[in-house]
Amino acid sequence: MIRNLQLTPDGKLHHLLTLDGLPARILTQILDTAESFVSIGDREVKKVPLLRGKAVFNLFFENSTRTRTTFEIAAKRLSADVFNLNIATSSQNKGETLLDTVANLSAMQADMFVVRHASSGAPNLIAHHVAPHISVVNAGDGRCAHPTQGLLDMFTIRHYKGGFHNLTVAIVGDVLHSRVARSQIHALTTLGCPELRVVAPKTLLPREVESMGVHVHYTMETGIKDCDVIIMLRLQNERMQGDLLPSAGEYYKHWGLTPDKMKLAKPDAIVMHPGPMNRGVEIDSDVADGSHSVILPQVTFGIAVRMAVMSMVAGS
Amino acid sequence: MNLPDPNRLLDRLVEQIRPHLHPDSALLGIHTGGVWVMDALLERLGLDLPCGVLDIAFYRDDFSRIGLHPEVKPSNIPFELEGRPILLIDDVLYTGRTIRAAINLVFDYGRPASIRLAVLVDRGGRELPICPDFSGVKMDLEAGQHISLERDDHSQLRLMLRQAAP
Repeated sequence: MIRNLQLTPDGKLHHLLTLDGLPARILTQILDTAESFVSIGDREVKKVPLLRGKAVFNLFFENSTRTRTTFEIAAKRLSADVFNLNIATSSQNKGETLLDTVANLSAMQADMFVVRHASSGAPNLIAHHVAPHISVVNAGDGRCAHPTQGLLDMFTIRHYKGGFHNLTVAIVGDVLHSRVARSQIHALTTLGCPELRVVAPKTLLPREVESMGVHVHYTMETGIKDCDVIIMLRLQNERMQGDLLPSAGEYYKHWGLTPDKMKLAKPDAIVMHPGPMNRGVEIDSDVADGSHSVILPQVTFGIAVRMAVMSMVAGS
Repeated sequence: MNLPDPNRLLDRLVEQIRPHLHPDSALLGIHTGGVWVMDALLERLGLDLPCGVLDIAFYRDDFSRIGLHPEVKPSNIPFELEGRPILLIDDVLYTGRTIRAAINLVFDYGRPASIRLAVLVDRGGRELPICPDFSGVKMDLEAGQHISLERDDHSQLRLMLRQAAP
């Protein structure tokens, strides 16, 4: 159902809701298109006229600085008009339903909605109800998906490693609560990564995670050994309050990425993190700022990848 | 219809272009056919001029009707464009819309001293006030006819003419 919703009858990307079920052809097309947008950042005029006259609404029902800002920059570099809605102070608090909010914005001639929501499936719900000319891009929903983050991570890996077919990739940390991890796993398996590992304490892994095509490791010693790519996930502070973990210090000792543990990976391994980082919890500052880290290039590439997604869905 | 040999057209183009080149001239070829023509011109000119590649996909005026081209390539202008005389090169000039897009693209990199246009084939049918400064041949083709430049594995160029289905 979701898959049909994302693609037009002739196979073009119309909404981006999840990477689950998107064919490799589309993923590769997004990465290739993003490649062309990267160099625009080095030009005198960092804009192209593709989305001139289009109205893009950023609907962030959940806070995010980095994602909202990079979507805004991406839309502006495509020459779209961007409207940021601060939902926390809006009519949703007066009891308006999500679909009424969207219907009202559609009546203001919206062409695209970029949606972040704490509830899984909210962007799908919107995509089901908008007029056919409107596209929806998921900017993170609940525990479900964060497709543009997954794509910018694929772009980063391809940029530094040239492809996916000979790579060993480890995703380390709170996979259970992470929409980013889900999107990464779907993309990496679709793009042909032969050895994909998740590394975490048992309490932070979804049940039957192996069915997603990953190898499970409970220790860093085996988990990141000989890896080409290490993706660290943020340990959300609120997880500490429950009984999933003993303490931040204990977590750092076993699953935090330190310079010592980095020696287990390949000498040219890259370290990624979707941000925001908890230094001294899941990642040591010496690693985050060290020579293996590509965490800031990820952010820059995120703009080009979001430009690619927005221009593809707007032209479908 | 007998189509001209692109090599003869290139020889003619080189003769026209050579007197107009400045010491700081640079060449920009439009992806893909224009780049082939640019490569062939450079070889014939025997000069070491700076050159770049333009992909106009992000500047097309029919984006909202047909969407983004699935195989867009990065544009690459590896020289300072500001103040330089630019020779813009394409294979076939038809409506002029590609050239309009290419000129807009060039100005997003800086302000050149001038832009001149060289095309291998001017096939007529203009929809914009754009005229080539140099052309290998002028042909009057019907709207349903499609002429294109192709390059084989041995870098040999040839022109192809197709008739659109009625």
